[in-house]
Amino acid sequence: MAIFNLKVNGENHQVDVDPDTPILWVLRDNLDLVGTKFGCGIAQCGACTIHLDGTAARSCSVPISQVGEASVTTIEGLSEKGDHPLQEAWREHDVPQCGYCQAGQIMNAASLLSKNPSPSDQEIESAMYGNLCRCTSYLKIKAAIRTAADQA
Amino acid sequence: MSIVKTTVDRRSFLKVSALSTGGIVLGFNWACTPQEAVRAIPSEWFDVNAFLKIAANGMVTIMSPNPEIGQNVKTSMPMIIAEELDVKWEDVIVEQAPLDTDAFKRQVAGGSQSIRQGWSSLRMAGATAKQMLINAAAKQWGVDPSGLTASEGVISGNGKKITYGEIAAEAANVPVPEEVKLKDPKDFKIIGTERRNVDLNKIVTGQPLFGLDHKVDGMLYSVVLRPPAFGAKLKSFDDSDTRQVNGVQDVVQFGDKIAVLATSTWAAIKGQRALKPEWDLSGQLESTSYHDETMRNLLDTPSEEPKRNDGNVKRAFAEADKVIERTYEAPFLPHNTMEPMNFFANVTAEKVELVGPIQTPEWTRSRVAKLLEREESEVSIDMTRMGGGFGRRLYGDFALEAAEISSMINSPVKVVFTREDDMTAGTYRPGSKYKFRASIKDGQMTGYHLVGAGVNMRNATRENNFPAASLDNYLIESHNLQSNITTGAWRAPITNFLAFAEQSFIDEVAIELGQDQVQFRLDLFERALSNPVGEVGYDVEKFMGVVKLAAEKSNWTEKKDGVYKGFSAYYSHNTYVAEVAEVVMSGGTPKVQKMITAIDCGIVVNPMGAINQVQGGVIDGIGHAMYGELTFEAGVPQSKNFDQYRLIRTSEVPDVEVHFVESNNDPTGLGEPSLPPAGGAIANAIHAATGQRFYQQPFIKEKVVFG
Repeated sequence: MAIFNLKVNGENHQVDVDPDTPILWVLRDNLDLVGTKFGCGIAQCGACTIHLDGTAARSCSVPISQVGEASVTTIEGLSEKGDHPLQEAWREHDVPQCGYCQAGQIMNAASLLSKNPSPSDQEIESAMYGNLCRCTSYLKIKAAIRTAADQA
Repeated sequence: MSIVKTTVDRRSFLKVSALSTGGIVLGFNWACTPQEAVRAIPSEWFDVNAFLKIAANGMVTIMSPNPEIGQNVKTSMPMIIAEELDVKWEDVIVEQAPLDTDAFKRQVAGGSQSIRQGWSSLRMAGATAKQMLINAAAKQWGVDPSGLTASEGVISGNGKKITYGEIAAEAANVPVPEEVKLKDPKDFKIIGTERRNVDLNKIVTGQPLFGLDHKVDGMLYSVVLRPPAFGAKLKSFDDSDTRQVNGVQDVVQFGDKIAVLATSTWAAIKGQRALKPEWDLSGQLESTSYHDETMRNLLDTPSEEPKRNDGNVKRAFAEADKVIERTYEAPFLPHNTMEPMNFFANVTAEKVELVGPIQTPEWTRSRVAKLLEREESEVSIDMTRMGGGFGRRLYGDFALEAAEISSMINSPVKVVFTREDDMTAGTYRPGSKYKFRASIKDGQMTGYHLVGAGVNMRNATRENNFPAASLDNYLIESHNLQSNITTGAWRAPITNFLAFAEQSFIDEVAIELGQDQVQFRLDLFERALSNPVGEVGYDVEKFMGVVKLAAEKSNWTEKKDGVYKGFSAYYSHNTYVAEVAEVVMSGGTPKVQKMITAIDCGIVVNPMGAINQVQGGVIDGIGHAMYGELTFEAGVPQSKNFDQYRLIRTSEVPDVEVHFVESNNDPTGLGEPSLPPAGGAIANAIHAATGQRFYQQPFIKEKVVFG
């Protein structure tokens, strides 16, 4: 075990965990931030997507020892009042079916829009390719990202 | 307006004015958007019946009885109650009901039956409560209730008005009426309108909702090692390395499984990986090649008891000018819900507390009680929102594991499957094969013969479904291959592949006869309508209705340069669906660019959620037809995670256009019926584009088409 200092959603935390612990499990089990979901454990589905210094990362495959000074953002901290343009667009389009993958979808899309505020449809598809939705709500996910991008 | 006898028993009407739920005033995020006013949740509620309680300020809490797996019943079932209760939807809070078989009927998510089978009792619950509120107002005013009306939470009459909230305390104590009036569908104000998912705000802000999010103090996480092959048994194991892992608290064996208990999920996962088991592999270990060979032999074996045998098929084939024979083959499929299987259990001397994602809480309660030798009344189940079901969560194996482990270690425990555990310890869609034969005489189909064979399939066919009743000579046979691989229902069981096979074959026969594929189907329907042969297991006119609607909406007969169309239609879960696929060639490879769907599911309760279900079913059907396959070698599943198992992804998805038949009929299923026709529609369109037929799923393995 080892002590790690983390900055998550603007708050400092200290945790005592094994260095190989994926940040996903630190968020979920140690910090009670369960919005970040476990899907595959091998960075193939995107359900666990968070931001490290504003860039999308698969938290299931980032050991806490590699987080270093990076600032961690989860779905709980994406916006102060839950009103990020993507969260609003998700509401407008009533995107979710089961809803399990949606936090990861939103976090991945937020990273895309922060770097490319007006992506083409093809750029959206390409950026979102790594995020699985087993209910296949893909049409609404794309429409919601389009809405958020067009309103920005 | 119709008058119905109430059948809700006394138990459902608690008729106690339930007092404080703790007196804490919580902030409630009212209508999803944070900008809107936050109203306080009242601390005092009056239970009118098991489905609903009303607060003095007019807010209504509606309990959603059935498990939510993404089919959106947590929104649509309360909409039905709210409609008959006649309140504003904005005044409704929805809560998930726990398992309570005294109060609620059929708390199951399966067979696309929640809305269809809940329709009457949900309407009655709302209408009964409305009448009780009216009766209470009438009593207070000393007037006859028949002169009073209620709308949007306000009772009027006799020149007076009173809100539901103001009369709720009294209403909880009036007798349950023996008869209530239900609304005429033309007066619906909530049913048929677009209402957003009631959990939307929690989903997009990452609040706890799912089984995997459930946590209590002192709970241990358990990751279980299960036999690596179906048919393998545990001989012995060495857990010395596991016990060295930080956070691992205990290791226990139950049956052929080993549970690692730890203070975190990661420690439990590491502990599971560090186990050194020895397996007994002397049992029956099946491979896909064995299934294939055995089922192919079965297809050539006449069955002693055909499922249906009209006319004289043997003679029709003997006299035929031509016989068309085609065989279609389906692989096993895992469910792959995004939320892996998991369940919480806390077994104590007093009670057995279970929390988690389960499609069949009632069945699970009875199995857990039996397993632990406890009374069912000691077992409680709270249903969490499910990160997908697709049939996997019908089987409570994970809940039974949690209960057994908790009882062994005397601690609250949550069993968590890794993705590898989830994919390799499944209850799979079993492999199946179908041989279709059609006899052609004088340019007509004179006989139809289908033989099905499936793994663990008591009936691989749907013998009374289309084209039954439209042919004089019609023979349906089914064979079963018993296997020790665990199999079960997978979204639209049997028909998820049978429909593809049948609709591909019908397309091929129509073309062979030089007929238009839509007209060919309509001619068969005409026969089933005007002069049916034997039992007709479907409503011919409704079926024709969706076929015509899909043809119309897709401009079926109109040729478009570079666009190739494929038709398919199927009846399942009491709902009729027809689909047209549009395929274009892109870089030498066919690409499905659009699906046009026509659906008759009766009244559409929530068009917004309904479109999600149809789009989801269609794309799910396309995805698994294109990419899905799980094979076995000596009992071992050959795909373990998403790097070895392809699911459809965002860039592979066509547009899906959804057209509902306008109807005042009671609603039927919607979570499954749009899936079965999808594979046939795209296969027939790809044939139109390339001349290539598909006889096996997944299509992607067809190198001639996909390179």
